[in-house]
Amino acid sequence: MSAETVVPEDPPVESETASSRSAGKPTKGRMMVGQAADSPWIITVFLAVVFLLGWHLATLRGAFDGTGLTEEQLQMMEFNGDIVRSPDGTYLWNPEKEKVKGIPGPLAVMEKAREELSDAFVIKGTNDHGIGYLVFYTVSRFGAGFLVASAVAVVLGVFLGLNKVLFKAVNPFIQILKPISPLAWMPLLLYTVKDPKWTAILVVFMAALWPTLATTAFGVNSLRKDYLHVAAILQLSWPKRLFKVILPGAAPTIVNGLRISFGSALVAVVPAEMLLGELGVGYLSWIEWNNLDISGVIFAILVVGCVGVILDSGFNKLAGLVTYQE
Amino acid sequence: MPYLQIDHASKSFPSHTGEGEVCIFNDVTIKIEQGEFVTVIGHSGCGKSTLLNIIAGLDTASEGGVILEGKEVVGPGLDRMVVFQNFSLMPWMTVFENIALAVRSAYPDWSQTQVAAHVNKYIALVGLKGAETKRPTALSGGMKQRVGLARAFSIEPKVLLLDEPFAQIDALTRGVIQEELIQMWNASRNTVFMVTHDVDEAILLSDRILLMTNGPSARVGEIVEVSIPRPRSRESVIEHPHYYKIRNHVIHFLVRHAAHVGRGESGAGGSGDAPVLVQFS
Repeated sequence: MSAETVVPEDPPVESETASSRSAGKPTKGRMMVGQAADSPWIITVFLAVVFLLGWHLATLRGAFDGTGLTEEQLQMMEFNGDIVRSPDGTYLWNPEKEKVKGIPGPLAVMEKAREELSDAFVIKGTNDHGIGYLVFYTVSRFGAGFLVASAVAVVLGVFLGLNKVLFKAVNPFIQILKPISPLAWMPLLLYTVKDPKWTAILVVFMAALWPTLATTAFGVNSLRKDYLHVAAILQLSWPKRLFKVILPGAAPTIVNGLRISFGSALVAVVPAEMLLGELGVGYLSWIEWNNLDISGVIFAILVVGCVGVILDSGFNKLAGLVTYQE
Repeated sequence: MPYLQIDHASKSFPSHTGEGEVCIFNDVTIKIEQGEFVTVIGHSGCGKSTLLNIIAGLDTASEGGVILEGKEVVGPGLDRMVVFQNFSLMPWMTVFENIALAVRSAYPDWSQTQVAAHVNKYIALVGLKGAETKRPTALSGGMKQRVGLARAFSIEPKVLLLDEPFAQIDALTRGVIQEELIQMWNASRNTVFMVTHDVDEAILLSDRILLMTNGPSARVGEIVEVSIPRPRSRESVIEHPHYYKIRNHVIHFLVRHAAHVGRGESGAGGSGDAPVLVQFS
């Protein structure tokens, strides 16, 4: 016990001395005493540093060393494009070929990211739009498909949830359609609407429709009878019954359905862009692969992750507004 | 013609074996005068709550029906408000909103300020001032049922239906809320039909106690008049000489006669017999 009581007294002293010595690192003292357990971000930062360092070391390649090679061999290598002669006469690894040799390191990806982000809103050509535009295209494509699907699914779901017989009659169809991968619809959709723009949105729509539909119907169907009894006794009009009792009562279940739909739509939008060649972050990943720019591929993957995180946190904020505790 | 009459009501459910039907209660007739407080006591499964739901219009009788002010009751309505055992407050609404939902329905012509004043009056009446913006999750069981009572009284229904309203509330709080209920009822004098398991609660609150025999084919076996003058309080009723007479009689019935009477009558096929009226003087 005595050892434990000493510990809380130590950190302030250490951090004080640490901050007085170097104002830039006031938390270093605390971290060393072992308070990492109750501040998870320290562990997060630590893991990130370890990962980046490991990645860097694993992909590190030394500078080209021409000693021991004959002039003929060097010329052959230059001819093959493995090395280039710099203006001062020494040979270097060919930076263009380096890009596709092995996995690029974090510095190369950072360089690529800096490059892409610096002209995020520049349109260089028909298929070469800045990353800002690509994110915008993907988010709007995703948003359109998800919102329309959610609206349709909630309306249909409430309708089915209120009518037990109809729900049981339609449920087999929902159960068959629900597990179909939204991408499986793509050829049929493309053939039907004959326009990749709309096909991409419809794929997202298909991905987002079924989970919300099924859970909304379930949520409305299994709404506690007491709430409906109160509504019946109070003689609430149908719109009031729907908006004051049924929808808010089923809201937690509906939001759960929307969350599943949200995830599946987000997963569907990237391959849809790849396959349809529609500009967006999914397309970026594919086009960088076609360019054999692996740094670009990694950058695109990171962008997809970031877009997902931002959309997801926005969704959770909205969800928090409509859910309640029993 | 009584104010509220349950007229030869029977209720049957399809039996779970799928063959035939199970009769919950058979040929029940109850006459209640305006402003009367009537309580039904009986063992679980005798159909007390079903009976209450039939009066509320949330359930329908297999045979017979309910007549209120000379008109047959069809479906639920604002003239018969239920206080539920599990409170049935909307968890997504605040205390104020829960009561306001009822008030707006009962008085659709009222302005926002009229509604707010009325709601606040009833919130104050049940001592929940300061809790208006809380949601039911943040309230204790006793406070939740206070909201339930405020909601029920606020629409000033002709008939108040209390479905084991205090069963989920701890004994000490229960006593306090029972007295609050007496005060509110003294002011409003609604006709009340209550279902309970609690004999003391029934004696404290009611004018008459209906004792139901055991199901299946339950019926009203006896009607006990609570001859203790009002105003009553938890302290004063137990001093009254009739209190333990009534209490003992009710418990005797529930323990010894409820099953016996039910079986005997259904065996003899005379379940339509009028219940025995019990008075102490």
